[in-house]
Amino acid sequence: MLVEIRNLSIRFPTPRGETEAVRGVSLSLGQEKLGIVGESGSGKSLTARSILKLLPSNARISAERLAFDGTDVLSASEADMRAIRGRRAGLILQDPKYALNPVMTAGSQIAEAWRAHRPAGARAGRKEAAEAAVDLLAQVQIRDPGRVAGAYPHELSGGMGQRVMIAMMLAPSPDLLIADEPTSALDATVQAEILRLIEDLVSRRGMGLILISHDLPLVSHVCDRVAVMYAGQVVEELPARDLRHARHGYTRGLLECLPSLIHPQQRLKVLNRDPAWLDPTGVPR
Amino acid sequence: MIEVEDLRVRFGQNEVVKGVSFSVPRGASFGLVGESGSGKSTILRAFSGLNPAWTGRMALDGARLSPKRDKGFFRRVQMVFQDPYGSLHPRQTVDRALSEPLLVHGIGDAQPRILRALAEVALPQAVRFRYPHQLSGGQRQRVAIARALMAEPEVLLLDEPTSALDVSVQAEVLNLLADLQQARGLTYVMVTHNLAVVTHLCARVGVMQGGELVEELSAGDLRAGRTKHPHTADLRALTLNLEEPDL
Amino acid sequence: MNALTRDWLLSDSPASRRQAAWGRRYRLWLQFRGHGLAMAGLCVIVFVVFVSALAPLLAMQDPGAQDLAARLAPPSAAHWLGTDELGRDLYSRLVYGGRITLGMVLAVVVLVAPFGLAVGCVAGYAGGVADKVLMRVTDIFLAFPRLVLALAFVAAMKPGVESAVFAIALTAWPPYARLARAETLTFRNTDFVAAVRLTGASASRIVLRHIAPLCVSSMIVRVTLDMSSIVLTAAGLGFLGMGAQPPSPEWGAMIASARRFMLDEWWVPAIPGLAIFVVSLAFNLLGDGLRDVLDPKQS
Repeated sequence: MLVEIRNLSIRFPTPRGETEAVRGVSLSLGQEKLGIVGESGSGKSLTARSILKLLPSNARISAERLAFDGTDVLSASEADMRAIRGRRAGLILQDPKYALNPVMTAGSQIAEAWRAHRPAGARAGRKEAAEAAVDLLAQVQIRDPGRVAGAYPHELSGGMGQRVMIAMMLAPSPDLLIADEPTSALDATVQAEILRLIEDLVSRRGMGLILISHDLPLVSHVCDRVAVMYAGQVVEELPARDLRHARHGYTRGLLECLPSLIHPQQRLKVLNRDPAWLDPTGVPR
Repeated sequence: MIEVEDLRVRFGQNEVVKGVSFSVPRGASFGLVGESGSGKSTILRAFSGLNPAWTGRMALDGARLSPKRDKGFFRRVQMVFQDPYGSLHPRQTVDRALSEPLLVHGIGDAQPRILRALAEVALPQAVRFRYPHQLSGGQRQRVAIARALMAEPEVLLLDEPTSALDVSVQAEVLNLLADLQQARGLTYVMVTHNLAVVTHLCARVGVMQGGELVEELSAGDLRAGRTKHPHTADLRALTLNLEEPDL
Repeated sequence: MNALTRDWLLSDSPASRRQAAWGRRYRLWLQFRGHGLAMAGLCVIVFVVFVSALAPLLAMQDPGAQDLAARLAPPSAAHWLGTDELGRDLYSRLVYGGRITLGMVLAVVVLVAPFGLAVGCVAGYAGGVADKVLMRVTDIFLAFPRLVLALAFVAAMKPGVESAVFAIALTAWPPYARLARAETLTFRNTDFVAAVRLTGASASRIVLRHIAPLCVSSMIVRVTLDMSSIVLTAAGLGFLGMGAQPPSPEWGAMIASARRFMLDEWWVPAIPGLAIFVVSLAFNLLGDGLRDVLDPKQS
């Protein structure tokens, strides 16, 4: 198992006592594509980030087991985590504008990521790293990798920036890719290309993928398996192709309230939140 | 109600809207779809008076609009923005936000009007004195809609009003907009990138690409695939691919 | 009763604008209370304000009363902090000196902050020619070294507390104008300002009621951090003989007149020096805490 999460709970202190943002989540992931879907505040990003221990500093985290490829994340030191982050697991964020260094060219950022994560002893020269960067840019299907390598982030479009981000994450050949809303800042045409690219790279390199999104149809399009989160819990986990036959009221409600291009409705269905969904014992597994 | 003819907008050397024409009859909804940078939001901002650097002809109810608008214009035309987190003043309560248009236009009996506005957008009275950060995204967008309606406008310009919201909240806001249109006979111009949303609310749709209106068609034609321009067909195919991957 | 008011303040659905505003302030106070050092700074400043206000009650004698028989006396029961070269009680002078120092700080802030805010907001919102003119004038004032300009100004007028206040104010406002302009620029293109413009509100209403209130919190932070340098400049002018004049117990002037005794009767200059140090440190600590609470994006 690449990732094992058992009974994960993440709490935050507030002036009026603790709030529990993630409540008893269990998930596991092998070399496959898992989608985590939920509305804002459902705890989907926190759950995925806990694997890399990238949580806000005031978060209190506890779990029966939280492991990345056998390493216990909860007891791991900051140095151990640094060896995992970036090298063994990459994180792609929503907006590449904030994730790339504005005063370094795309190529030198990728080259640096590539050099930083070389195994100890295998020293690499600048030239070699620069070549590796161009090669990685070609792998993310950039037509003119040499030019993009010399460009600064503000000279790149949103889709191009996201490709550079992906190339950077691929530099150390990670085992796991976590993509947190990777396309919600992008246009529909670019979104389709980026998702196809991620899908393709993940299957070709045999990586695990966790795709976090609020867009249920999109996730089921890309992933093998979908976990639906509501108020900090996984309310339903099912194979992506069975999405139409979802059993949980929340999953079905989410699907039904989407407007459709080909099935026009006079009035959209709205989600009626059933208080029973909040009850962990009432969750059908 | 709304006429736009040969509208051109420049930012420096860049012409971002290159001669767009369309018209919207009273009480109808017109949707503008396109990708980012296609100029669709720029058209709304030019019509609303936020961007005075345009050429061409725009008219409201037959009266030609000049780049500078008077107060009367803002009583008739209002706008709802995309980001409900950015469109409310962070230090002002809901009550203050809703009373601002009343103060500017010198409209009396604020208290009952505010209570009625909250009820109309289905917000509980309890939120009246809350700050924006104490509200959810959907509640904020309802406040923004209520604020736009305070001065009882005839035209509502909607700039991606649901794209920052969760889908369950999107459904509620779209239903609310449909109800308000029916109750008040409002005229809508809506900008969005989502074809399903635009066909749900708007009977006529204009497709933008690179600053030009490449096609104008009815929602029915767009649904059925009776498109003329390849860009329209592309956008439709992408939506269908997600909606019905098996087709 | 306490729980009741606390609940009233922390209510999720306040019943009036007043309750909402106080609730917001109370939440900020709860946050501020967590900063130990900032609270220490606040305590020191509250203490100094208190002592200055009650100076006539707290002082043991008239700060100007001389007793040449007991000049340069070390601290004792009769003179808690000793006496200066004219036999005046240092403790009483220090207590009265707090009035002058705080008074100068207050006067400078009252003159400078609203002026800087107004210039910055107008320049930032109007843009164009108005912005260019106002900002170049600001640049001219910024180009002078603070103490030198203040010195020249005081020398041209007659030395004294009022001239010192004007001189410091003259050199202190440009950073506020800059700050307010930068803040205004970030706000002027936001959607919420666009929404207000679409109500048909006039430019002056937008600046006064919507933009300026947003600049105030960073102004408060800046003012608090700046107060220590105002204290120091005031003391520096006093030391150079350009600020408060000798008989008055201003802290900088006290050091100046006592500097001859630095080696033998060290406490005479050291005591006002310590007071200046403690007060300016307290203002800095308070400012840091306020920045964390009011301006989270900068920390």
